[in-house]
Amino acid sequence: MMNKSISITNVSKHYGDVVALDQISCTVNEGELFGFIGPDGSGKTSLFRIMTSLLLPDSGSVIVDGSNVDQDYKELRKKVGYMPGHFSLYQDMSVEENLKFFAGVFKTTIAENYHLIEDIYKQIEPFKHRRAGKLSGGMKQKLALSCALIHKPTVLFLDEPTTGVDAVSRKEFWEMLAKLKKDGLTIIVSTPYMDEAALCDRVALMQKGRILSIDSPDHIVQNFPHQLYSIKAKDIYKLMNELKTFDSVHSSYLFGEHLHLVLKKGNQIKDLIFSLQNSGIEEIETAEISATIEDCFMELMQES
Amino acid sequence: MKVAVSVTNLVKTFGSFVANDNLNFEVYKGEIFGFLGANGAGKTTAIKILCGLQRPTSGEVKVAGFDIYKQTELIKKNIGYMSQKFSLYDDLTIQENIRFYGGIYGLSNEEIKSKTEQYIRELELEEYVKSMVAALPLGIKQKLAFSVAVIHSPQIVFLDEPTSGVDPITRRQFWEMIYAEANKGRTIFVTTHYMDEAEYCHRVSIMVDGIIEALDTPTQLKKTFKAESMEEVFIQLARKSTRVD
Repeated sequence: MMNKSISITNVSKHYGDVVALDQISCTVNEGELFGFIGPDGSGKTSLFRIMTSLLLPDSGSVIVDGSNVDQDYKELRKKVGYMPGHFSLYQDMSVEENLKFFAGVFKTTIAENYHLIEDIYKQIEPFKHRRAGKLSGGMKQKLALSCALIHKPTVLFLDEPTTGVDAVSRKEFWEMLAKLKKDGLTIIVSTPYMDEAALCDRVALMQKGRILSIDSPDHIVQNFPHQLYSIKAKDIYKLMNELKTFDSVHSSYLFGEHLHLVLKKGNQIKDLIFSLQNSGIEEIETAEISATIEDCFMELMQES
Repeated sequence: MKVAVSVTNLVKTFGSFVANDNLNFEVYKGEIFGFLGANGAGKTTAIKILCGLQRPTSGEVKVAGFDIYKQTELIKKNIGYMSQKFSLYDDLTIQENIRFYGGIYGLSNEEIKSKTEQYIRELELEEYVKSMVAALPLGIKQKLAFSVAVIHSPQIVFLDEPTSGVDPITRRQFWEMIYAEANKGRTIFVTTHYMDEAEYCHRVSIMVDGIIEALDTPTQLKKTFKAESMEEVFIQLARKSTRVD
């Protein structure tokens, strides 16, 4: 049995009438790269603030690396690193001053833990006298990550580190996380980008304060309950509208250059193609394909 | 094909920094044009210029047939704009937002009333009519923002990362709205970090360090760069960036 780094049990959180988290339960293993995947408003940030002791749940319990977020928050805060979604370093202090400050708060020094941040920090070290507020987006992110790691946390929380970040920088960021994971750090990351789920050991798919599914990305994809097809035609807009008129279609939606399509039980793709051709849809191409996390997420959203 | 936007030798510098380095492209009427680039590539600067909010250093730009130097007010009347960061006023209700934007663009009270009814019906907003926009789920807010951005039937609508953080089902409903508008002949100029959305565009340009490195249909771009997806095309090109970021 693997050691648990985080145990979340029946956690709920309300803001007035708004239910942010509804009876969430989940565990994360030590050394795991765990992703909370969901759109804005699914409750990811509330959960991150609860796990880092910055917000109390209305009910339920959370234990992080042996410390209860409620009673043991002083111990807990020494052990966790937290990078919030919004840049929250001191804009009017330099790169180096920010890092020194965070090291100082945790009674350590940059020198003592430099090895932990070296790979990341050396990329921004040439700008160490620049004010943090004057850094580009990518550099701010590297500084924030360095500051979250400088006190040698056992668990690292990254709340939407890649939101609004371009595809190349996102890829590089995940490569950095893979390196940190090798050192045994437990990493909890949230993201609205479904494709990033594949880069995690396990993920929780979240929607409207609930967890739709918790599993490894491979298992989630394997458990997609239907045969999925890709379909395209000369005029994709016409095809999209035409498919909505068929009773035999369970779901059809845009997906990259194709539409993805699921048929209701007992229907054949060849019959559908025939009907589409009769409706004047030209150059139809179809293929049997495997589902992606995004297909699974949409299927789960519709079920719930 | 009728040209909606034409850009010739557009240059924009800030001091010694070249944000837009000799851009040349055209966008056609009814086209969904994806304007892609890494963070810091110069997209925002170019969009500000096209919307008449900033003057280029040099070059010729025409938007909806109007000159970017002399006719910026006419441009503003003939374009729509929305982004993730700024779209609707959070502390106004749905109806107040529609009335505000309708009023700004000079719609009559009758028109505003009928647009309000139309949007509430089409977007199924009945249960939210009395709530502040701040209380709307992000996806619904963005769909409403898009409707409001075309309330004055602009020739061109600029969408700056309109779907960031939106759930996958609503994101697709949003794109269906985009297709429907383009099908009516409206030109859509859109930026996104979702590479699957790049595939939904008729043509895509990719900017790297202030230069347009590639511009073509998604199918042709994938052929040219021997790539399986637009994400691969984007990564191949954006990796060339030498700007510090």
